[in-house]
Amino acid sequence: MRFSGFRVLQQALTGHKGWGALWRDPAPKPAYDIIIVGGGGHGLATAFYLAKTFGQARIAVLEKGWLGSGNIGRNTTIIRSNYLLPGNQPFYEFSMKLWETLEQEVNFNAMVSQRSIINLFHSDGQRDAYRRRGNAMHLTGAGGELLSQDQLREIVPFLNFDNARFPIKGGLRQSRAGTARHDGVAWGYARAADQLGVDLIQHCEVTGFLIEGGRVQGVQTTRGDIRAPKVGVAVAGSSSRVMERAGLRLPIESHVLQAFVSEGLKPNIPGVITFGAGHFYISQSDKGGLVFGGDIDGYNSYAQRGNLDVLQDVAQGGMALMPMIGRARLLRSWGGIMDMSMDGSPIIDRTPVEGLYLNAGWCYGGFKATPASGYAFAHLLATDRPHETATAYRLDRFHRGYVIDEKGVGAQPNLH
Amino acid sequence: MLIPHPLLGPRDASEFTYLGDASLMNRPDGMADGAEAAFCEYVFLRDNPAGVHRELWFHEHGDRSWLIVTRNTLTHEVLGAELAHKGGQA
Ligand SMILES: Cc1cc2nc3c(=O)[nH]c(=O)nc-3n(C[C@H](O)[C@H](O)[C@H](O)COP(=O)(O)OP(=O)(O)OC[C@H]3O[C@@H](n4cnc5c(N)ncnc54)[C@H](O)[C@@H]3O)c2cc1C
Repeated sequence: MRFSGFRVLQQALTGHKGWGALWRDPAPKPAYDIIIVGGGGHGLATAFYLAKTFGQARIAVLEKGWLGSGNIGRNTTIIRSNYLLPGNQPFYEFSMKLWETLEQEVNFNAMVSQRSIINLFHSDGQRDAYRRRGNAMHLTGAGGELLSQDQLREIVPFLNFDNARFPIKGGLRQSRAGTARHDGVAWGYARAADQLGVDLIQHCEVTGFLIEGGRVQGVQTTRGDIRAPKVGVAVAGSSSRVMERAGLRLPIESHVLQAFVSEGLKPNIPGVITFGAGHFYISQSDKGGLVFGGDIDGYNSYAQRGNLDVLQDVAQGGMALMPMIGRARLLRSWGGIMDMSMDGSPIIDRTPVEGLYLNAGWCYGGFKATPASGYAFAHLLATDRPHETATAYRLDRFHRGYVIDEKGVGAQPNLH
Repeated sequence: MLIPHPLLGPRDASEFTYLGDASLMNRPDGMADGAEAAFCEYVFLRDNPAGVHRELWFHEHGDRSWLIVTRNTLTHEVLGAELAHKGGQA
């Protein structure tokens, strides 16, 4: 069924009895051409582009829980393409372009909302750094403008401009940035992939790989062995655990990041705002909740929950930036496990095992990458060549000395 | 998380800074054959286990000692802590 405004009206008049399940629930077949491990945003997007753009058939996505149970449904939904380095910025701008047509492409309302992002600066040095970043953005056509304090006072008058320690001097805005409904993105890709014949197999955990003579032949799962000459792994925070079963040690630590949502409030915060003097960022959901977060907890974790001191730190950042939120009540908080890489940038590459491909290391920024990551991974799986915007995301770049370190902090995952 | 400091008793984890896997104490020999490959592994690759993990914590807002903390990464349960220089080769 195609979704449309007409369909909504028709269903409203007939008691909403005609909406079916969004995708089938197939049992695994003994063999496929391509297996994707991980039914998060990246795995589902990969399957969709494999089937749609690269004309591949006989594809399965294997997910250990239910579709969208991982980070794709846990993030703070920010999409943007305001990176600095040449290895990153063209890729994220490619992703932003895909976001702009995603809903038509998959025929699903993912609530993509280009409501802008403003990164605040508080010192002359920080202004210069953002100016440089803005110029790097212009090189890829991503846009970006430097806002003065006066301009900011009009757009976001509620900020604490005259904070004695960290006065707000201006900001870098990307107007095309914004938010999207995170699980809507997963559902949209899942439904579209299913309609193209992809088998989405839930509650099917990959427990090992079938490798013969250095070549992958398939996977072992909790629902039996499934064979395929090509296997792509996109399991986010579980990358080290899964790839260990193929004998790989990765340049990755798994860390927990928390997110926080307040009670619903009247519309107030126009886009995404990030504090430049502490780690705090905020937006307001369409339901009215303030969605905000900050630093990762900072220690290795697979627990999907964090500790209270991070909440305190995030709340202090929020109060320093916009004291008006002090009375809002916190409704919910949760954590997700992310694959923090050693340079803060992702990996989309082949592995030493022939036929086994890896998509990992997305840190806390992989939601915005979902369309481009899926597209580039599908490109690699289908053609055995990296997509032109993803050529820097090599697994061996660490050994070769070609790290992509946006912040310049070195091989210390909890600082990225 | 409370970390049982061997000298100071239970201290809140927020007093500490986290470095990573305790095997970082075993720095490769820069003069040995294959030092370059050994350093690449040392700097960039991690076991990243789901379960018991021995790791380095620095008591930055305390007595500035380095501890090796043994902790379960699946539950955050802290199983023990010792002074890093007493823990020897991790
Ligand atoms: C709190 C929080 C806030 C964030 N905010 C943002 C943001 O604002 N903007 C942004 O760009 N990014 C953000 N991120 C990061 C982003 O969510 C992730 O980088 C991205 O979702 C990871 O890709 P994914 O969607 O494929 O991961 P996931 O949804 O985690 O998918 C991986 C899947 O693999 C499955 N899996 C694992 N092991 C196995 C196995 N053995 N067999 C089968 N399946 C397996 C898991 O169950 C999971 O469903 C945030 C993350 C968190 C936790």
